[in-house]
Amino acid sequence: MTASTAPDFRTRLQDWLPKLVLAPSFAVTILFVYGFIGFTVLLSFTGSKMLPRFDWVGWENYEKLWALPAWNTAIVNIAIFASLYIVICTAVGLMLAIFLDQKIRGEGVLRPIYLYPMALSFIVTGTAWKWFLDPGIGLEKVMHLWGWESFSFNWIKDSDMAIYTIVIAAVWQTSGFVMAMFLAGLRGIDNEILKAAQIDGASNWQLYRRIVIPLLRPAFLSAFVILSHLAIKSYDLVVALTGGGPGRATEMPATFMYSYTFTRNQMGIGASSAVIMLMTIAAIMVPYLYAELKEKK
Amino acid sequence: MAAVIQDTAVSTGRVTRVLIYLLLLLFALFYLLPLYVMGINSVKPLAEITGGNMMALPEVWTLDPWRSAWSTAQIGVEPTGLKPYFLNSILMVVPAVAISTIVGALNGYVLTKWRFRGDTWVFGLMLFSCFIPFQIVLIPMAVVLGKLGLAGSVPGLVLVHVVYGIGFTTLYFRNYYAAFPTELVRAAQIDGAGFFQIFWRILLPVSGPIAVVSVIWQFTNIWNDFLFGASFGGTSQPMTVALNNLVQSSTGVKEYNVHFAGAILAALPTLIVYIVAGRYFVRGLMAGSVKG
Repeated sequence: MTASTAPDFRTRLQDWLPKLVLAPSFAVTILFVYGFIGFTVLLSFTGSKMLPRFDWVGWENYEKLWALPAWNTAIVNIAIFASLYIVICTAVGLMLAIFLDQKIRGEGVLRPIYLYPMALSFIVTGTAWKWFLDPGIGLEKVMHLWGWESFSFNWIKDSDMAIYTIVIAAVWQTSGFVMAMFLAGLRGIDNEILKAAQIDGASNWQLYRRIVIPLLRPAFLSAFVILSHLAIKSYDLVVALTGGGPGRATEMPATFMYSYTFTRNQMGIGASSAVIMLMTIAAIMVPYLYAELKEKK
Repeated sequence: MAAVIQDTAVSTGRVTRVLIYLLLLLFALFYLLPLYVMGINSVKPLAEITGGNMMALPEVWTLDPWRSAWSTAQIGVEPTGLKPYFLNSILMVVPAVAISTIVGALNGYVLTKWRFRGDTWVFGLMLFSCFIPFQIVLIPMAVVLGKLGLAGSVPGLVLVHVVYGIGFTTLYFRNYYAAFPTELVRAAQIDGAGFFQIFWRILLPVSGPIAVVSVIWQFTNIWNDFLFGASFGGTSQPMTVALNNLVQSSTGVKEYNVHFAGAILAALPTLIVYIVAGRYFVRGLMAGSVKG
């Protein structure tokens, strides 16, 4: 009896082992990701203040949220920031990649210089740029000392312009990464296609506009997805660079969520803002991931 | 100089080439400038910064700002310097990276070599978790960590980073193992090798490169994390949070040189990794953009 069930148990264990190994990760993902998302969505329909409560208030938090001037500032800011950040990073990244692809001497030195900011934390980047852009000790003062007395660059202290300083620092941090993505794309293009076009008399400009850039479509898509998702999540950089200020001028959805939930004790409203952030990212990521996974099957 | 005949499909004229070089160098300056400013001002006495030029080399070289940032600067209310927070970060990063990489390797192995119905869905659900805005999990995570008694502790942070890191590590190993011939696994199975034996003897020995990618990616991300550290760090805050507290402190004179030294200290571990293993770092970034 025992002799015949022992190997049977062993085979059955071997059959189940893969799933058993994967199970904890899956369970953790379901609980800590999807369960938590559900919990936050639920909270966004409750009147939670300092601690989670479960008194149903319907859409009240969302209505309050969209009526709040601070949230509107955050939405306007993220729109400005995300669009400029994505466009400038893509443009700079593409330009550097195309130029580096011209058999440049010292490419091996330049590439790591362009890319190293990606290894830093946004807090370090924010600290560095905060002082660099500070009119009192940074760029403005340097220009004055070098004799350009009328030079003025106080964006970081100006509530209308401060959001653009975040764009500058963020572009500094990630444009090198976008460059690397485009460069990988460029290196994958078959030279024969380019040679054929050249024989047909295409100029360099036409070559890039008509052939190379269209061929880089997958790289454009990846860059867009990565950058938009980084933009919406941007929290650290704002905290380190401007602290959301001057005043509340550089409030973003991520900083809004944090302050309403943990310092202003408006957890219900904080949760509803987090839900809106998630839905925005999901609208971009889900179709992308779906297409990626389908392709690979 | 420009006389070298390039074997490239696209050829450029002399003037264009000079312009390209100029532009590339200009951008190199742009990327290096903040690092230069931080480095140079971290070895200056404070008076030279407030009274002098930020771009100038120091007249008096001093390591005092570094000493102060490391061991005596005021962080929050305690004059401890960044040292204890640096240790917190190490204690948090090492187990979190090790666990998430091992789990990712096993997951990738199962998802490619022991496929089952719905495995793509399982993977898809795990993959999406890499991209959620973490604001959506902050509140329930705070509740759960409190219930588990892990709030404000290093083990709590390790748990958080493992949970939200396994999506990426699984992605890396899955894409890597997908290219490994499944026939070899089946052959070993016929020879009577078990699940773990196959993993240990056949897949693990070839996993070196992707393990490096995964370790570097996780190390950089976890070391650089601020949101989780600030939310759940409590008394065991990591380096990034301490640096922010140092820089944002509103009491007393702003010691810019100490701030710069602190910022470099916070950046140093990931910078060193980048310098030593830049190639793998780039590969991880690329794989992180899903295209594997």
